[in-house]
Amino acid sequence: MESLSQIVQLIFSGLTIGSIYALIAMGFVITYNITGVLNFAQGEFAMLGALICVSAVGAGLPYGVAIIISILAVVLIAGLFERVAIYPARHSSVPTLIIITIGVAIAFRGIALFIWGTEPHMLRPLTDGQPFSISGAIIQQQSVWAIVVSLLSLVAMYLFFEKTFVGKAVIACVVNRFAARLMGIRPEKMSFLSISVSGGLGAIAGIIIAPISGASYNMGLMLGMKAFIAAVIGGISNAPAAILGAMIIGLLESFTEGLWTTGFKDAVSFGVLLLVLFLLPNGIFAKSSGKRV
Amino acid sequence: MKTGVALLYNRSLKGPLLLLAILLVLPIIIPSPYVHGMMVLVGLYTIVGTGLSMLMGYAGQISLGHAAFYGIGAYVSAICTVKLGWPALAGILVGILVAIVIAYIIGVPALKLTEHYLGLATLGFGVIIFIFFKQFKSLTGGLDGFSGIPVLNLFGMEFITDMDYYYLVWPLAFCGILFARNIIQSRVGRALRSIHGSEVASNAIGVNSQTYKLQVFMMSAAYAAVAGSLYAHYITFISPQLFEATASINFLIMVIIGGVANIWGPLVGAMAFVFLSEGLKEVIPMVISNAGGEFEIVFFGILLVALLIYMPEGLLPSLQKVAGRWFSTKKVKPIAAAPVVTASEEQTETTVRMAGGEK
Repeated sequence: MESLSQIVQLIFSGLTIGSIYALIAMGFVITYNITGVLNFAQGEFAMLGALICVSAVGAGLPYGVAIIISILAVVLIAGLFERVAIYPARHSSVPTLIIITIGVAIAFRGIALFIWGTEPHMLRPLTDGQPFSISGAIIQQQSVWAIVVSLLSLVAMYLFFEKTFVGKAVIACVVNRFAARLMGIRPEKMSFLSISVSGGLGAIAGIIIAPISGASYNMGLMLGMKAFIAAVIGGISNAPAAILGAMIIGLLESFTEGLWTTGFKDAVSFGVLLLVLFLLPNGIFAKSSGKRV
Repeated sequence: MKTGVALLYNRSLKGPLLLLAILLVLPIIIPSPYVHGMMVLVGLYTIVGTGLSMLMGYAGQISLGHAAFYGIGAYVSAICTVKLGWPALAGILVGILVAIVIAYIIGVPALKLTEHYLGLATLGFGVIIFIFFKQFKSLTGGLDGFSGIPVLNLFGMEFITDMDYYYLVWPLAFCGILFARNIIQSRVGRALRSIHGSEVASNAIGVNSQTYKLQVFMMSAAYAAVAGSLYAHYITFISPQLFEATASINFLIMVIIGGVANIWGPLVGAMAFVFLSEGLKEVIPMVISNAGGEFEIVFFGILLVALLIYMPEGLLPSLQKVAGRWFSTKKVKPIAAAPVVTASEEQTETTVRMAGGEK
């Protein structure tokens, strides 16, 4: 029973962190497919969302209002980022675009460092209450919230893309940019929209992880990189596979940490990334051809 | 500086020799160990940057993991001299060799990838090497770092002061640049530029792009390892944090700021990076009293983005254009290195756009 409870515990913490990665990874997938930019500042959106929420709660706003304000703020920041940094450079080469997003990420990190300092901030869990236990494993309520909120956000994304006109226009740009333009859809507008939406997704991820592992100016880098791995191993153009990829990475990390050692947690994830890139560059679930010469 | 690039094509040594003369007398004109120390760092970063610019600016392959090779050079030579008691030179050479071998192992599969995927693979490689430095405590000292690395002792000469290292690093950096310049001007250089233009087309005309990419990757790893070994002996203490992903990104920033497709660009970029960050460390606390020491990163981030949008070729080519307009009596001939690469970049862009359209 001892080992069973441990395994349940590890599965739960893996799914919790996996669902956080899934939200950020969704942002990558949307942005990458519409703009062709792998946005290295994606993780910073999570950081900004978490820290703005911390400040809003600190300013005495009700928790719900604080959450909405911080999500909107990050959506705004992401939209601004698209207009200021991505749009003017849209015809640049890939290395240039990579470095632009890295530059923005660095700037965000610096601004956060300046405003919120180096020490991590804690956010109150969404619901206070005792952790409950499932077959001996202790599960925090916030973990459940993390999984539920990400699932809801992902379902909302699905509905947005499948059922609304704007969402379909975005999808049209993903499928065939040229044809979408012929149909009167402006890819530039979609690029703005997609980066704003992924900013919002990132903010939600940041807000739900802040009560679990704290919020600090440098949390974005690792979150972003893990979400990358998730997106890439799932196949960057396939949103459901990216979510599955995120869960795999989350579980892998939690099991490495629980059964082996904390030190190699990141090495395992990045090792998987390299293996997938080298052996299955289109992701483990994809069939289409990817960018490989 | 102005002559630097024009000479790239008529192969005269006038400009580089002038630069060498300036560099040689500089420490005598400015007798400050603080400046010497910074210039040693600039020299080391120039060496890394030159290798990186061959890989990125000429062959068009991105690397987000070059700090790993820098670290491999540093750690291998530290381990060889401290744990095995070998002479410094042997340690440095082994460091270079290890870096080249690892570059080969990682390069064979990684360089089949392109664009973002190559960036991700090299980033992943960098993180794994960083974790290796951190976790193998018996070998590397882990997070506590590796201390007690002896100062360099080459051929009976001992390098102790910043000035000593200045006169060791700069001639080396200079040779590194000249060597890279010769490579770029040769047949190999044309092959590399053709790969940057279009890999498919290069393969079609008989350029074995995979081999060339691998060779230039190994060479840039060797450059980074040389700089890393010298850094270890200069600072005498190394720790894993020095070789994190952030360090790789800093190398990238330097090369891009200076001008990635220009052989003198990394030198300018390294100089701008080191002096700007030192300067900002002095200035920012005066303006904003409670700012942390790391606040200059905001500035670098914004500088990087602005530079890439408004001066996509980097600082040096833009300066040269201005200098050319001001000082040249002749009509400026558009033959500098940058326009050549721009042409190929435009070509890539069209190819990408066409490919995008076919999607």
